Amino acid sequence: MEYRRGGVVIAGIGVTDFGALPGRSTISMTVEAARKALADAGIEKRAVDAVLVKPPTSAPRLMTGQTVAEALGLQPALGMSWDQGGAAVIGMISYAALAIEAGMCRTALICFADNPKTGSAHVYSNAANDDGVFGWIGVPAAYAMIARRHMQEFGTTERQMGAIPVAARRHGAANPAAQLRKPITIEDYLALPHLVSPFRRDDCALVSDGGAAIVLMRAEDARQHGVRSPIPIMGFGLGQSSWDVRLRPELTSTMANRAGSMAFGMAGLTPSEIDIAQLYDCFSIVPIMTLEDYGFCKKGQGGHFVADGAVEIDGVLPLNTAGGLLSETGMPGMQLVIEGVRQLRGEAVLQAGRAGTCIVSSQGGIMHTHGTLIMGAR
Amino acid sequence: MAETLLPQPAETGLQAPFWAAARDGVLAFQRCANCGHAFLPAREECPECLLPEVTWESASGDAKLISWVVYHRAFHPAFADRIPYAVAVVELKEGPRLISNLTGIDDLEAFRADQDLRVRFDTEGSLVVPRFVPA
Repeated sequence: MEYRRGGVVIAGIGVTDFGALPGRSTISMTVEAARKALADAGIEKRAVDAVLVKPPTSAPRLMTGQTVAEALGLQPALGMSWDQGGAAVIGMISYAALAIEAGMCRTALICFADNPKTGSAHVYSNAANDDGVFGWIGVPAAYAMIARRHMQEFGTTERQMGAIPVAARRHGAANPAAQLRKPITIEDYLALPHLVSPFRRDDCALVSDGGAAIVLMRAEDARQHGVRSPIPIMGFGLGQSSWDVRLRPELTSTMANRAGSMAFGMAGLTPSEIDIAQLYDCFSIVPIMTLEDYGFCKKGQGGHFVADGAVEIDGVLPLNTAGGLLSETGMPGMQLVIEGVRQLRGEAVLQAGRAGTCIVSSQGGIMHTHGTLIMGAR
Repeated sequence: MAETLLPQPAETGLQAPFWAAARDGVLAFQRCANCGHAFLPAREECPECLLPEVTWESASGDAKLISWVVYHRAFHPAFADRIPYAVAVVELKEGPRLISNLTGIDDLEAFRADQDLRVRFDTEGSLVVPRFVPA
């Protein structure tokens, strides 16, 4: 069975507010986002026969997929929770698209919510095993380790890396729903002290509460239901680098290259045919390496590619047009898919001039897992 | 002077022989008796051939620097007095990689990827911690 290009569409999107949401449980935020996504798709809840959930990190527990389905009052044919870190979003989209095409279900609801900001972010600052004795603590340091190697191997500069938060903060400032709405210049960025070098605080994702959901179905079903603005899924791909940062033989490439090739092949597109990019920006080095691994530029040239406004809304490849993880919300990835859908619908707050195709990346752990999604039709 | 204890390595378990060797001024790593693969951290099965025939070996103490970061803020109270400090991924001459500290020079930004390093054993209370300095 091959995935038919455009055979499955994203029919609905829904989000809660982003930021600090004290007193909201993850179940409550999931239900809100799901209700909004169903309303956006214009379909009844009982049409849903697959519920896929990325579990929260703030209070991990087993069987989240079943807890969410129960809160939604559903008994789906397919129900599961999916542990792939931030790559789970595209992992779930890939699986749901294949399951729909294979006839295992017709309408999939994919959802997520977490509250590390007002709940607990402990999972992001634990020492791993014995390495705590060396002071090897916290997620930012692990990504900074990768960024340093990229700078040492390819001459990538902090000024080039800073182009990522500068673009994200410009886009977030224009977004009323963004958690952080304060633009910065590259000089502002360079004047900041290091947090864990080579990173500054502004190289690091926000910590945020919030939930999001999307609805997938066959293109034919979307037409039959009269879905207002379905967005075709053209291709997807996955890849797992696996190795912990301290053991990974190559720090400057990941399985994003495999995930990207798979998605481009399925979509029948090349990087030059992509209008906009929503690339997981938990830390500023990640979109730079992702652009290289996807073939938008040669390995090591990502810093040059993003410098001087190339990835801002009026640049050659608008990136993270709602602010991404650095400015809109630190949510692990669903917000990037949803902004891509808005852009392709022509309904984004900061609308890109050319928005016929969009690539989305999601990644998890410390660049351990990767997913690529390509949407839109030319 | 009140000091918060460094996060202590586990006293029992797979990695305990690494810390016992460090107390004797020896840097240790695992090697598979079946296929010869050398690795850290300690595992029950060789990650290359998957057989449970692992042994411990002593390393020369020579290594090269893969990458490093410098903490300017303490993510744990024990390190509040040690800021700024450097954490590195180093690769032993024998092959295995590990996390350790980089030290021995004043400007912690002034290292270079792939530079040669040498192990140095530091006493921290009842613990001996292997750290790396320029060779």
